[in-house]
Amino acid sequence: MASLKTAGAADTMRDQMARTLEDLMAHDERLAVVLADISTSQLKGVFRAYPERTINVGIMEQTMIGVCAGLAMEGFIPVAHSITPFLVERPYEQLKDDFCYQRLGGNFISIGASYDYSTEGMTHHGTGDVPILRTLPGMEIVVPGTPDEFDTLFREAYADGAPTYFRLSARRNAEDRPVRFGRLDVVRQGSRGTVLAVGPMLDVTMAAIAGLDLTVLYCATIAPFDAETLRANATTGDIVVVEPYYAGALVPDVAAALRDRRTRVESIGVPRAVLTRYGTPEHHDVALGLTPEGIGARIRRFLDA
Amino acid sequence: MDDDIARLGRLMKTGEGDEKHDPSAYSTLDVIWVLYDKILRFDPENPRSEDRDRFVLSKGHGPLGFYAVLADKGYFPPEELRHFMTWEGILGGHPDRNQVPGVEASTGSLGHGLPMAIGMALGLRMKRRDRRVFVLLGDGECNEGSVWESVLLAGNLGLANLTCIVINNHSSTRDLGDLAQKLGTFGWAATSVNGRDHAAIEAALAHTDERRPAAVVADVG
Repeated sequence: MASLKTAGAADTMRDQMARTLEDLMAHDERLAVVLADISTSQLKGVFRAYPERTINVGIMEQTMIGVCAGLAMEGFIPVAHSITPFLVERPYEQLKDDFCYQRLGGNFISIGASYDYSTEGMTHHGTGDVPILRTLPGMEIVVPGTPDEFDTLFREAYADGAPTYFRLSARRNAEDRPVRFGRLDVVRQGSRGTVLAVGPMLDVTMAAIAGLDLTVLYCATIAPFDAETLRANATTGDIVVVEPYYAGALVPDVAAALRDRRTRVESIGVPRAVLTRYGTPEHHDVALGLTPEGIGARIRRFLDA
Repeated sequence: MDDDIARLGRLMKTGEGDEKHDPSAYSTLDVIWVLYDKILRFDPENPRSEDRDRFVLSKGHGPLGFYAVLADKGYFPPEELRHFMTWEGILGGHPDRNQVPGVEASTGSLGHGLPMAIGMALGLRMKRRDRRVFVLLGDGECNEGSVWESVLLAGNLGLANLTCIVINNHSSTRDLGDLAQKLGTFGWAATSVNGRDHAAIEAALAHTDERRPAAVVADVG
């Protein structure tokens, strides 16, 4: 199988998060960072530079989100960060009630996407984050494909007054795309159909469709979804969605965007299964068919059907 | 004192329909009245003034007593109470900060108010403002894990601008033992009062500790 580029220690999305926060906190006194014991060493510089606007509450994620809401009520722009299940699933009700219902702005940055923590078991897998957050009214969802894209998208969205989720992953694409918050990026145009590749799935998708004349749209903002660009580029009615989490989170948006057209959709992503093996993320990719070969075969079958 | 409570009781009767939460509304009435009448600094004309003290009703159910106090203090016309829990009204079975003037946090699900109040108290500390944050919990609510997470946190942080009131109407399924003593071991300056004795409530709520958050366990029998 073609290898999927995984970030080196010097250039991870998490390192970029630390750099971005440290820089923004110098310019925006409203920013406050709240941790629950995760990434304390990576954010040591931020904590040292801004002791009054940073706090590590300890291992209490529900309280972490509630504290962020209280800070937002006092005019701060909070940033909460943890490993995906502990940021999204455990305090899900706090995200819903303390942010969406109150209509407060805040930022939630995860680390450990899907099975990045491939050896740690399902407790540490983050495959359901985007699908469940998509159910929350007003929740913005950003899935960058590179550290630089995170930096660009965070700067655009962090102070927009809405709750915004940033999904950081160990997997990344080799090259940055010219991303803009809330917009699809047209990578290339083709005649046989349209592929929507989400965040770090772009490189594997491009490898999968080598030799196929397809339009490729790059999606780094899941919500709000850019229906306009999809409509303008969904020329044949054949749509393939390739997502890095449980398959299908974007399908309702695709269906809504193209509701007045005859459309077929192939939805590719992580299948809903309890993953019980360890090894590397690449082992899981192979087992789940999320390799260039596996994805390519599914797309070819779909187009030929 | 009796006149005040009688007047509020009449106001509450204009907003009928929440029989299930009725005891809850009356259990908090004396404490919320004393808080607004004697302790809190606020301006109903400017409900989100930076100079206000903050109050979060964490135990969001049975809010009619709270609504009656807000109406009595001029946050909205008392006539609004007639529309309690109706399609036309702004006063729901749990309070909504985006609809009701004077409501700081939308609550309803238990165990959310204390973490939010801690965030507010921290925010005030960051802004170097000397206003106070009050949060009201029920004893049943103290079964929630998030309550004890945040009890631990506030005690550790020494959030002296925070006061947590627990209305103890003995509705907790689990025996909480001596709550004030428990909160004390978590680093709070905690005291117990008769939740119907206005002078005792006022004295307890007025008290602040220099280094510790304050807790008032108000027993309402």
